[in-house]
Amino acid sequence: MNKTLEIKNLHVSAHGKAILKGLTLTIKPGEIHALMGPNGSGKSTLSYVIAGHPGYEVTSGDILYDGKSILELSPDERAKLGLFLAFQHPVEIPGLAMRSFLFTLYKATHPNSKAIEFQRALANAFELVGLPQGFGDRALNVGLSGGEKKRVEIMQLLLSAPTIAVLDETDSGLDIDSLKLVAHAVNTLRSPTFGSLVITHYNRILEHLKPDHVHVLIDGKIAQSGDATLPTKLEKQGYAWLHEVPV
Amino acid sequence: MSQNTELQSVNASYEEKYGFHDAETAVFRTKQGMSEDVVREISKQKNEPAWMLNKRLEALKIFVNKPTPMWGGDLTKIDYDKITYYLKPNEKTEHSWDDVPADIKNTFDRLGIPEAEKKFLGGVGAQYESETVYHKLNEDLAKQGVIFLDMDTALKQQPELVQKYFASVVPSGDNKFAALNTAFWSGGSFIYIPKGVKVNLPLQAYFRINAKNVGQFERTLIIVDEGASVTYIEGCTAPVYSTDSLHGAVVEVIAHKNAFVRYVTIQNWSSNVYNLVTKRALAHEFATVEWIDGNLGSKLTMKYPSVILKGEGAKANILSIAFAGKGQHQDAGTKILHLAKNTKSQVISKSVSKDGGRTSYRGLIRVAKGCTGVSSTVQCDALLLDELSRSDTYPTMKIEEETASIAHEATVGKLNEDQIFYLMSRGLNEAQAKALIVLGFINEFTKELPMEYAVELNKLIELEMEGSVG
Repeated sequence: MNKTLEIKNLHVSAHGKAILKGLTLTIKPGEIHALMGPNGSGKSTLSYVIAGHPGYEVTSGDILYDGKSILELSPDERAKLGLFLAFQHPVEIPGLAMRSFLFTLYKATHPNSKAIEFQRALANAFELVGLPQGFGDRALNVGLSGGEKKRVEIMQLLLSAPTIAVLDETDSGLDIDSLKLVAHAVNTLRSPTFGSLVITHYNRILEHLKPDHVHVLIDGKIAQSGDATLPTKLEKQGYAWLHEVPV
Repeated sequence: MSQNTELQSVNASYEEKYGFHDAETAVFRTKQGMSEDVVREISKQKNEPAWMLNKRLEALKIFVNKPTPMWGGDLTKIDYDKITYYLKPNEKTEHSWDDVPADIKNTFDRLGIPEAEKKFLGGVGAQYESETVYHKLNEDLAKQGVIFLDMDTALKQQPELVQKYFASVVPSGDNKFAALNTAFWSGGSFIYIPKGVKVNLPLQAYFRINAKNVGQFERTLIIVDEGASVTYIEGCTAPVYSTDSLHGAVVEVIAHKNAFVRYVTIQNWSSNVYNLVTKRALAHEFATVEWIDGNLGSKLTMKYPSVILKGEGAKANILSIAFAGKGQHQDAGTKILHLAKNTKSQVISKSVSKDGGRTSYRGLIRVAKGCTGVSSTVQCDALLLDELSRSDTYPTMKIEEETASIAHEATVGKLNEDQIFYLMSRGLNEAQAKALIVLGFINEFTKELPMEYAVELNKLIELEMEGSVG
């Protein structure tokens, strides 16, 4: 079993408007891929479609995980296979205590686990993202700062322990210290059985995560792929040189 | 197909846990229907003093003469002639768990009552049909003068207190169903907390309707003397039956100067029960009355816990939830009368409707002229789980004092798709995701409950939500 995520010539539209126009990308466990690109190029759409958001229509192409199409699977079935999405804008759930939610998440992704294992994993996750344990009593994402919400996403990533994780602009809204913590937390997951797609606008987080591959998404397609040196070039020159017709 | 199987097994376990009923072993029951003779028979069976018989007979006349309310829910389908007004399951009230008959014990075992008592309860009174069969009070509390009896026993052992306070807060003529209760009442709890006594553990009673077509008209009277405090908890689950059942309780609470009373109820009636309840408290100077009221199940619930803020500085806090499923109407709300200066009230009402269920909030806030320094806040939040369901708010305000600070806020929301997607992306199925959102919505209520009740309520809601997906 290699548990590779293969996105093949994916075309996606929402409300009748085409957003992804033939995107192809393969992420193997053990690899970190970075995805960059201008606003509106379809980065968040890609993350939602991988997670199974019902608001997007796949008009052609396919997404395979471990060799099988996941397009017909519900979001929870995909999560149970080992896919995870850290949201760019985490959703607030009033009244839902974070600790009990995280326990439910842990049970869903670790069906045969014991309560004590959850307690250990939770304590570890709090420590890694630098949040106090008392946060567990607060309602999920309610009243948290942007940076705190991102750390809570990373806690969920740590507790889910997925095979392939998509991090959608997890670094935006984080100060330098928080960014280091979050990057360190993600790095603790790095192993031959963990792969990730890191969507970002900035090179900063990539300096910590050291991606194996970097891709640039423009107008719904991968316009350029390269190694870890590509972001430096993008920071200097912007995206304009990648357009077929310069803007 | 697996979805169907799952649904059936959920329904089966629901039936198993809450819908069971034991063979009826009543030693005495009145014939169906109401009459003066039935009232006299009940009073005779109970060996009551003449004043109580007269009170019952007077109330029967009031009931017969009062028209059926045309507001609230549909009450026209109740067939009063098909109801048995009194049924006595065994000869005497038991005081030890070992003495309770096996089939009745079996019922309570399945509801987990003895465990609950072992853990933290100060006293347990459980009503089975019309008589309380099991009653016990923590010895320490008894030494402090705390009285916790079923109402029938209280009438014999505490005649002066009962005569002084019975129907003093809810008179027979208050409404048609208060009159019905006064005419046919049986069982219920009587609590007296002496001056200055603080009862730290909650007192509890558990009510069930077990026999087909038995009206259950329990009568509860709680008197908390000056500076005393108590929390009383009443929980209900009822078996499922195909014919209509009527539950018409009256609860009267008297909170004397500086007293504190918290009355916690969770009711989960089977979906054929008419639950028509009058609950009212009288709060004297600087007393605090709290109604924590959870309503699940029943065909129609009409219940408006009220507080009369009679003494200066008295406070009322009312926190309620209503959950209406298919064919159910929860018409709930509150009445608060500010009749003295510097009185305060706070109301938080949460309702959830699904599968065409209907919830209504019906509230009255009155501030009498000259009552300065009054403040009142009312917050009603309704959550609709589908397009078929319905929620209405009917607030009435009679503010006769210009200085009163009054706030009323009402919201109606639907299940948020982004929240559902977010939770599902974490491996929760649709039913689990929706249940967590609903549990979060009512959390302000649940967090006020003792742990065991909170767990039971959450389980009930999860069961309800599992049934709604597919």
